Amino acid sequence: MSRRTETLLWVAQRASAALLALCVLVHLATIIYAVQGGLSGAEILARTHGNAAWAAFYTVFVLGVAVHAPIGLRAVLAEWLGWRGRARDFLLVAFSLVLAGMGLQAVRAVFA
Amino acid sequence: MSATLHVRVWRGGADGAFRDYEVPRRESQTVLDVVTHIQRALDPTLAYRYACRVGMCGSCAMTVNGAPRWTCRTHVDKVAKDGSLSVAPLRNLPVIRDLVTDMREFFDKWARARGQFQGSRTRADDFERIPPASDARRRADAAIECIGCGVCYAACDVVAANPSYLGPAALNRAWTLANDARDRAQAERLRAVAGDDASLACHTHMSCTERCPKALSPTAGIAGLKRAVALAALRGEL
Repeated sequence: MSRRTETLLWVAQRASAALLALCVLVHLATIIYAVQGGLSGAEILARTHGNAAWAAFYTVFVLGVAVHAPIGLRAVLAEWLGWRGRARDFLLVAFSLVLAGMGLQAVRAVFA
Repeated sequence: MSATLHVRVWRGGADGAFRDYEVPRRESQTVLDVVTHIQRALDPTLAYRYACRVGMCGSCAMTVNGAPRWTCRTHVDKVAKDGSLSVAPLRNLPVIRDLVTDMREFFDKWARARGQFQGSRTRADDFERIPPASDARRRADAAIECIGCGVCYAACDVVAANPSYLGPAALNRAWTLANDARDRAQAERLRAVAGDDASLACHTHMSCTERCPKALSPTAGIAGLKRAVALAALRGEL
């Protein structure tokens, strides 16, 4: 992998970290606000279904995770297990796709 | 102050062990004084390295009571309050024998980080005028006093986890040159300090800054290099 690509991965991880910090804050604030006094699963789904704005927000959240987590794991695998090279990077691309796929499926189930 | 100091000194190579010595306690005694007393009075086979004795040459760094320090300017009463002292070779470097480490990898990394000044003028040209108060010169000045002792390199957990990481001293040197308006190898240097084994690997633990005997902040310089390489990568200049 070229030094430019490695640097761009680093930039992507920092940018996604900033995005996720914001997403987590919005997510937690919404949960705390929405469940005051108790809320059932059915009531949540009744509110979320068809809400395009929240669907867009959580789509961005999921894509941020799919970018951020594999790049962080890349450094963890190198430093803790000494695992570098193409096999590691291919596995992490697959991991990113799994995260994005599962996350987007959940977004579709809750908001579509 | 007790009359004697109980000292454990590393003997042998990487698979060596500590050996115990009793050393007379003296006023204003440094750790280097202690090691020198052992070598001259108790055990002439002890190998260690020093030169200037006044904190300029950077050759006497060792692990003192678990932390890397320059021994010539480390007073015993600061680090051995209970009267016991352990002295070992620096971490993250191959041990040659006793307290002497092989510094080749450490200095080779300065070269890999393009730590050489690359000017363009000849002796026939006039001096380049650098305003001392300019931002770039101030940044370079803040990092320029490194004596190459290796304390930061031994303190760095990223070097311990990834031996190919350039380390704080080499990157600090690259940062001084990145802020030197006379240098003509800026693009090559940025390429050298970009990537997984260079500035981007720093975890900002700040162990280097905590331990630097010259009170420099390699962490700040590495952060500057991170910004510079990120901008260069985004502009397609890396």
